[in-house]
Amino acid sequence: MHTTLRIRRFNPEHDQPSSYYQEYALEIDPSDSVLDGLIKIRETVDDSLTLRCSCRGAICGSCGMRINGHAALACKTKMASMASEGETIQVEPMNNMPVIKDLVTDMAPFWSKIRQVHPWLQPEGPPPTTEYTASSEAMSHLNGVMACIMCGVCVSDCTVLEVDHRFVGPAALAKAYRFVADPRDTSSKIRLDTLNQPGGMWDCTRCMECIQVCPKSVAPMDRIMSLRAKGLAAKVSSTCGSRHAEVFTDIIKHKGILDEPMLAVRTFGLKNVGRLMGMLPLVWQSVVKGKVPLSGPLHRPIPGIQQIQRLYKRVRSKQ
Amino acid sequence: MTSSSSYDVLVIGAGLAGMRAALAAHEQGASVAILTKVHPVRSHSNAAQGGINAAMTDRGDQWEDHAFETVKGSDYLGDQDAIEVLAQEAGEDIIALEHMGVIFNRNEEGRLGTRRFGGQKRARTFFVSDFTGQAILHVLYEQIMQAQIPVYEEWFVTSLVKDDHGRCAGLVAFEIRTGDFAFFCAKAVIMASGGLGRVYEPSTNALICTGDGMAVAYRAGAPLMDMEMVQYHPTTLKGKGLLITEAARGEGGYLLNSKGERFMEQYAPNMLELASRDVVSRAEHIEINEGRGIKGCVLLDCRHLGRHFIQDRLGQIHAEAKTFANVDLAEEPLPIRPGMHYQMGGIKTDIDGRCWDPQGHWKGVPGLFAAGETACVSLHGGNRLGANSLLETVVFGRRAGRCAANYAKTLPTPHMSHTTIEPDRQLVNTILARPGQGERPAALRLEMGTTMNRHVSVFREQEGMETAYQRIQDLKARWPGITIQDKGHIFNTGLVAALELGFMLDCAEAIIVGALTRKESRGAHFRTDYLDRDDEQWLKHILLYHTPDGPPHVDYLPVRITQWQPQSRVY
Repeated sequence: MHTTLRIRRFNPEHDQPSSYYQEYALEIDPSDSVLDGLIKIRETVDDSLTLRCSCRGAICGSCGMRINGHAALACKTKMASMASEGETIQVEPMNNMPVIKDLVTDMAPFWSKIRQVHPWLQPEGPPPTTEYTASSEAMSHLNGVMACIMCGVCVSDCTVLEVDHRFVGPAALAKAYRFVADPRDTSSKIRLDTLNQPGGMWDCTRCMECIQVCPKSVAPMDRIMSLRAKGLAAKVSSTCGSRHAEVFTDIIKHKGILDEPMLAVRTFGLKNVGRLMGMLPLVWQSVVKGKVPLSGPLHRPIPGIQQIQRLYKRVRSKQ
Repeated sequence: MTSSSSYDVLVIGAGLAGMRAALAAHEQGASVAILTKVHPVRSHSNAAQGGINAAMTDRGDQWEDHAFETVKGSDYLGDQDAIEVLAQEAGEDIIALEHMGVIFNRNEEGRLGTRRFGGQKRARTFFVSDFTGQAILHVLYEQIMQAQIPVYEEWFVTSLVKDDHGRCAGLVAFEIRTGDFAFFCAKAVIMASGGLGRVYEPSTNALICTGDGMAVAYRAGAPLMDMEMVQYHPTTLKGKGLLITEAARGEGGYLLNSKGERFMEQYAPNMLELASRDVVSRAEHIEINEGRGIKGCVLLDCRHLGRHFIQDRLGQIHAEAKTFANVDLAEEPLPIRPGMHYQMGGIKTDIDGRCWDPQGHWKGVPGLFAAGETACVSLHGGNRLGANSLLETVVFGRRAGRCAANYAKTLPTPHMSHTTIEPDRQLVNTILARPGQGERPAALRLEMGTTMNRHVSVFREQEGMETAYQRIQDLKARWPGITIQDKGHIFNTGLVAALELGFMLDCAEAIIVGALTRKESRGAHFRTDYLDRDDEQWLKHILLYHTPDGPPHVDYLPVRITQWQPQSRVY
């Protein structure tokens, strides 16, 4: 079949470097991956096309890039799945990290965030003479998160990182979870306390993008949610993040529907005048758009609230 | 001559062997740094799927059994003193990995579980699902981060540097990101740069496996040993040659021919699919050549294992077969065929990773160490057993790191009066400045790879190998004329490919010269013109020394035999 790869190029050694798109028409086999296409271009048409790649089998994590707008491993993405006969596939470098050249990004910021979570096992005391004994169930569920190959795809498409570079990001949080959930690691409380800080586990907005794009089914956002649950269970100190979750659950428990002004007030605390004042423009915009939600006593529980409360009881008893 | 950086021990390569070596040297108190052409977790150790062997005495296994099966697997070409070290120290290293954080699969008692692998009668392969290499690689990198060992990522080593006494004193490399050259000074250098799979096309190996370290050490005067011993893995995918783990057979998968027969019954009645890899690959080739294949493949059948079991224990290849061959292993058999996988030979080392002999029985380069696939200790001889390669990287990586650190302690900082980075920089500038539309490195590489795969593969004979030799000479003559379009210095992957090709051509030549020299069939080296193993003439290693303009100088070393005299090899 025929396809065209429309590739975003950038050469820092050009006189006035700026990125541009270049198109390459290709005759491809239906089984060919985007990486096959890129290698074909590099080896037969234009060897200045620059990308990282190595294993061809989705294990080394080198070839993360954006394909038709979403980050993916080029080796794992079939061209035929991205375009029909004659259509164009757009290939761009990963987002949320600086571009060095063409499809090659600078992964240094990625790794500095990984290092932030102290990604190594921290057991207490000297190790046993033989292996640590732990049940298969306690360990094997970690295979899913150990499958992470650090390709950066989730970080590329993280919608929080797009607006807030302080966020530690989905890959680092998934890595942190891998230690918090490891029965051999005894630093869970310290780890959770650190992740409880701004930029940590509470800054994820649950957009699901990382779960969608992860080529290894690591489901980083699910790991972030597990970290939050573990944090609350371990009674991490009260922060906006943890209070937001607690107040949210509490409001739903009592009213069955979210009381948004109350959520803000109780999360930030009445004394936190600065943060509350910061909400005023949002409140004003809501008023202008006619979207003022009722709050406090005016905000009545929904009919059938007893059913919701029964659900709460059942869930709590299972925990 | 000034250097940008100076260390006691410099490690080239950041796969399992390199990182294990760096950690060991660091533990000895040496100042250590790693140089690697890709980020550590991109290393090809990732691709090791099935597991890592160890005979643990506390679970009723005997190291002697593991050692003997390794000796037998090697077709008696492995050095038995080295194999004894491997088997004796295996358990300790696996426990050390577990303590570092590797999440091995466990049994019902909560202890480390095992699975069966080829060439071994007992289940002694410890594993992490079917991504064991990746799991260990990432944990070793965690340890490197914790130890704060400096890693020069995406640096490409072009040559080793020797001091006025002929000792290895560092290396010349350039940073891929900037194109800047630098000299790194070191009292000891550990080569842990992996294999040379891309000399062949196709190969299971990643695109980075280009034999750089072997060629760089070889050019510096270190001998390459047993280079003719190239392993073809029995289960690789058609097309690009991706690997399907031996664990698929270890966990009970069958090999079937076009008639639906488990043909291994004819070739290895006792071990069947779990005979040594050379035996299984030859059997598959015979089936295919005699018309009992399907489009150049035989079938790997895992259907009887059940979907749940496949997803749990073979999850990665389940996904891989789906993505790359459009086959659901739980529903249908997978077409597979033998494919180039591993180089048993490499830079000759002793059991502590030294690439020279303090006793002087063979010549080498003092101060240079090697570990992992790039080295030849020799543990695998004519054929490597599955799950012994990961083991080699951790046992001999650790030993090389420790020995290099102790060696470095005895030495002052090297002194050089004349060497500079200029020759390498000039070579690069010449390549970049070459005008016009000459041949592309990729075209030459493809020609080399297909030639090797045709003439120096599972079955070999004199005439074919001589043809291959001539082809490689021709390619070597054309290499200085290759051109690349990218004339820049920043992240010039065309330039890297050109240099890698030069290294691979040296490796290809060494493989063919070794294969032409060895006039017998042993392990993976099967000659249709010399069908039998000939212990009288050829129970010895072949050493190749680089010469500036002609073919390599050939020398020999006896195989070290401790307790297992050669017997006929039946599975």
